[in-house]
Amino acid sequence: MKRRTVLAGGAAAAALGMTRAAWAQQETVKAGFIYVGPKNDGGWSQHHHEAALEMAEHFGDKVELVIQESVPEGADSERAMTQMALGGADIIFTTSFGFMDPTINVAAKFPDVKFEHCTGYKTADNVGVYSARFYEGRAVQGFLAGKMTKTNKIGYIASFPIPEVIRGINSAYIHAKQVNPDVEFAVIWAFTWFDPAKESDAAQALIEQGCDVVLQHTDSTAPQAAAQKAGDVYTFGQAADMAEYAPMPRISSIIDVWAPYYIERVQAVLDGTWESDNTWDGIGAGMVGIGEISSAVPDDIKTEAEALRDSIASGEYHPFTGPLNKQDGSAWLAEGEVADDGTLAGLNFYVEGLKGDIPS
Amino acid sequence: MDLSAINPAVLLASLMVASTPILLAAIGELIVEKSGVLNLGVEGMMITGAICGFAIAVQTGSPALGFVGAAAGGALLSMTFGVLTQFFLSNQVATGLALTLFGLGLSALLGQGYVGIKPPPVGDINLGPLADLPFIGRVLFQHDAMVYFSLLLVAAVWAFLKYTRAGLILRAVGESHDAAHALGYKVVWVRLMAIAFGGACAGLGGAYLSLVRVPQWTEGMTAGAGWIALAIVVFGSWKPWRVLIGAYLFGGVTVLQLNLQAAGLAVPVEYLSMSPYLITILVLVIMSSGRGRAALNAPASLGRSFHASS
Repeated sequence: MKRRTVLAGGAAAAALGMTRAAWAQQETVKAGFIYVGPKNDGGWSQHHHEAALEMAEHFGDKVELVIQESVPEGADSERAMTQMALGGADIIFTTSFGFMDPTINVAAKFPDVKFEHCTGYKTADNVGVYSARFYEGRAVQGFLAGKMTKTNKIGYIASFPIPEVIRGINSAYIHAKQVNPDVEFAVIWAFTWFDPAKESDAAQALIEQGCDVVLQHTDSTAPQAAAQKAGDVYTFGQAADMAEYAPMPRISSIIDVWAPYYIERVQAVLDGTWESDNTWDGIGAGMVGIGEISSAVPDDIKTEAEALRDSIASGEYHPFTGPLNKQDGSAWLAEGEVADDGTLAGLNFYVEGLKGDIPS
Repeated sequence: MDLSAINPAVLLASLMVASTPILLAAIGELIVEKSGVLNLGVEGMMITGAICGFAIAVQTGSPALGFVGAAAGGALLSMTFGVLTQFFLSNQVATGLALTLFGLGLSALLGQGYVGIKPPPVGDINLGPLADLPFIGRVLFQHDAMVYFSLLLVAAVWAFLKYTRAGLILRAVGESHDAAHALGYKVVWVRLMAIAFGGACAGLGGAYLSLVRVPQWTEGMTAGAGWIALAIVVFGSWKPWRVLIGAYLFGGVTVLQLNLQAAGLAVPVEYLSMSPYLITILVLVIMSSGRGRAALNAPASLGRSFHASS
């Protein structure tokens, strides 16, 4: 074959790709995944990857999986997404908050490629967003933390000051406070999703200052290791079960369950029924799982925690139910009032009782 | 805000632990640069050392053997750099950067089977009554062996450079490789040994992360520590004790920053995080103002390739 024919063939294929009707049914789908950390980080990225593999297995030959791991948030991620789209991906899942604007930018250039952005709030005709109501899981963690702490000081390793993380801190605090009015939270902003050494140092700093429960919103298992070394400290698995640290220090966990969503969305691409969506599911819909509460927790506390979990799952109880005040003392939710999704999606303040400022 | 929650003794103690990996890597790189070689592959050698040490410690159950393996792994990797730059006269900056990328990839490959495994614990050295001294005991005498080893290494490097004939030869090679060659010293071999030493130290620093400070294996776990080590060598103006101060300063700011946050002090994290780098720039500006490269104390042949024919 002459080089010219190859080029012409390539151009024709590209043109075909461009003009492909958006709703046509497809025989096969090329699904791309972009991770912020390594695919075996033991937490967030690993869980997305495992869900992606589960999805690929579900569809067998019909799905081709392409992944790109350890993609930094920011300009470089745009390059990774563009490369994937040029490589013929039909649907691209971008799995970190910091990929939000890059996803929107790249999506505008590839109107026929579908994008799914995790934990963001910006949508477009070909960009859907999905996230899990992690704050429901945080409520259970907060409850357990409030019950289990002896020093009444609870440490929280936060990543970036974004609504998702702030919701988690608020939810955990509200429920810890409910069962233990003396409880205090110390929050460390690590400004990273994944840096084991820094996460370990942060856990260490919290433990040294008397925290005997450490919650984390970062992705590695390093804080678990630090807590184990310190001895009498409780932690919770983040994103993955982190069961290798059970029963101590890990006494429970929030598990992200993405596979059903991935299967549903890829199926929609196959059927030609894909539409931009805004999915935000919690314990009830099965997107947030609560990991086994370990034997380090007394039975009566475990039963209560499970009851709390079930009442959230059934929709009977909402973790953000009034009366709740903002940190400055002004009223937020009246008695019995429940926070609406719009406010929660953009939550940028602490509730009353939390100390310190949210960095800007 | 409650500053009383910060115990200064505990803070200083964790500062020493947090600084040890970069101190080890930096003191190794100091020797390399003193011999006139600029090896930018510290990050790659560190992470390779981290996984080599981790794997060997897990397999043998002995952290000590792990550290030995880490040093060997780092030295071995540094030899690819040594051969390329000393025999094939490749560009040192480009080769060093390539070494970092290669090391990151290689470590990820080697580490495939070691994710989520716990290494054998490294115990603290029991110094008896010394550890019970108020304040000083907690700060200085309750650490693991590697912390003391790193301090001894700094002292040894200082004495080596200052008092020994071999140290003089190393410095001669770094200052003017042509003159050293004319005197009959084997420039290439001296540099190869220095590179191997630097690799071994970087490997130890990496293993300290994976075996003591974190302790577990995760891909990319050095997260830029190697680059900080490089900066510290410049900050310390190629002097061992200043490198020690630099490493403790960098490590100290990290730990202090986290502790201040945990104590609820509203401190702008970004400024604290950038402060060591600001200080480095400031030191460079002050040192280089007016009196040129000599005042900076940089080895005169730093980064220049040597061939006997030149």
